[in-house]
Amino acid sequence: MIATARDPRVEYVMRLGDNALVLAQRLCAWIAHAPVMEEDVALANVSLDLFGQARLWLGYAGELEGAGRDEDHFAFHRAASGFRNVLLVERPNGDFAATTVRGYFFDLWSYLALGELARSRDERIAAIAGKTRKETAYHLRRSEDWLIRLGDGTPESHARTQHAVNDLWRYTGEPFLRDEIDAAMLDAGVGFDPATLLDPWNERVRSAFSAATLAIPSDPWMQRGGKSGLHTEQLSYLLAEMQALPRSMPEAAW
Amino acid sequence: MSDGIEGDASVSDERERAFNERLDRSLKIEPTNWMPDAYRKTLVRQISQHAHSEIVGMLPEGNWITRAPSLQRKLILLAKVQDEAGHGLYLYSAAETLGTPRDEMVAALHAGKAKYSSIFNYPTLQWADVGAIGWLVDGAAIINQIPITRCSYGPYARAMVRICKEESFHQRQGFDIMWTLAHGTPEQHAMAQDALDRWWWPAVMMFGPPDTDSTHNEQSLRWKIKLFTNDELRQKFIDQTVPQAEQLGLVIPDPHLRWNAEKEHYEIGSIDWDEFYRVIRGDGPCNKDRLQTRIEAWEEGAWVREAAAEYARKRGAQSASP
Repeated sequence: MIATARDPRVEYVMRLGDNALVLAQRLCAWIAHAPVMEEDVALANVSLDLFGQARLWLGYAGELEGAGRDEDHFAFHRAASGFRNVLLVERPNGDFAATTVRGYFFDLWSYLALGELARSRDERIAAIAGKTRKETAYHLRRSEDWLIRLGDGTPESHARTQHAVNDLWRYTGEPFLRDEIDAAMLDAGVGFDPATLLDPWNERVRSAFSAATLAIPSDPWMQRGGKSGLHTEQLSYLLAEMQALPRSMPEAAW
Repeated sequence: MSDGIEGDASVSDERERAFNERLDRSLKIEPTNWMPDAYRKTLVRQISQHAHSEIVGMLPEGNWITRAPSLQRKLILLAKVQDEAGHGLYLYSAAETLGTPRDEMVAALHAGKAKYSSIFNYPTLQWADVGAIGWLVDGAAIINQIPITRCSYGPYARAMVRICKEESFHQRQGFDIMWTLAHGTPEQHAMAQDALDRWWWPAVMMFGPPDTDSTHNEQSLRWKIKLFTNDELRQKFIDQTVPQAEQLGLVIPDPHLRWNAEKEHYEIGSIDWDEFYRVIRGDGPCNKDRLQTRIEAWEEGAWVREAAAEYARKRGAQSASP
């Protein structure tokens, strides 16, 4: 299904789209179940933004590929192994602390990455990054705010948040790993070197964690695989739910 | 009627006269105006019930957000359910202007003391149900709500202006889903018909009991909280919706439905009021699930609300210290 000879930009843009899509799908499951009604509205906003971002990226991936796949084809008719998102975003929602921590780790990476991509030589990528970075700045402000409030809230909220950090930390290395697709995009002036984002990411995490009275785990092993289609067990459940209807009637339009 | 000032009937009479005069002149009653206790109580009941309906109403459609069949549909549905949360928030705020805090109203809902629209006690079994809810349930809600934009209580009337604008968008999105399904594959057409079959009568019942049995009608009409009777609004809904079903090529599940050329109205078969009262009493297909889901969200979120309050308290203490 994946042609190896194609433009590496397809793969590159798919990764961006899949990150947004999978996290958006996770977040939309919160709606009507949030701790306060204001958070139903806020989580819906972030989810809506991310679905919007996914549509922009996947629409462009389809155009670059030129094989007739549109956003819905990418979203609903690929198996888990066809998805290129980092493992972090597919981790289950868990409690509000887990959702917040996952969101914070991703939002911060995404904000930094979009800053780099806004300078891409590919004008379309630069334009999408420029637009979506503004939304992401808000997502980051919100998730960082909650991270600090929960970390420095009650003993229970602190314990839950630290637990979520310990659980998710192992998924924070993958976004900074450079593979051959990243290298090709860097060479072409389309992409950036993900490793260069690690320091600014760590710096801001340290400062936020300090305000949140949270400890950074020392566990050095970082899980990886999502960017090349090797996912955690949870992704296929997410897709089974998301894709069931269009897959059950492949000839139908919706 | 007590106004809180004992022993001075002339003050009370004077205030009541001023209140009635505002009503007669179609001026809005504002939170700072004197109002009879019963008026206040009726409004809190009605507005909070309306707010609860928005919040509980997020659940049946919310079921399908993760399973919407295209990204476009998913975005629209998510935005719609988000609107409902927003409507709930405006309405709780409007009710709070009458002196009842939101948490108290929510507690009444969770305790089973407050009602919400019975329609949300029916299940969404397949995707077309999302279309039917938008088309029929939001369609009925708009007919119920547009007159409220002119009701006598200012904050409620103003909240309804914005809500109605969004509801009309919701109704169109529902119709659009039904249109796509009705004109899709035979299987999709059958989904649309199935949804209409299950949602038609509950939607017709949304306007409440017939005028002959409605307990609140008369007083609410006099207070201009209600401007039309249940049966008048129900008729309006039927007259509006039957031609839309024809456009869709779907059949309304009522063998007695017919056009009365003389009255220029559609006539429908008899409504199963036993079912209506059964669902209101708590024995609808989803009453227990809906309330339980709201209670769980509230209880599971308690530690988050406590954390936010504690954090705010710490910050407050910090900024207050020298």
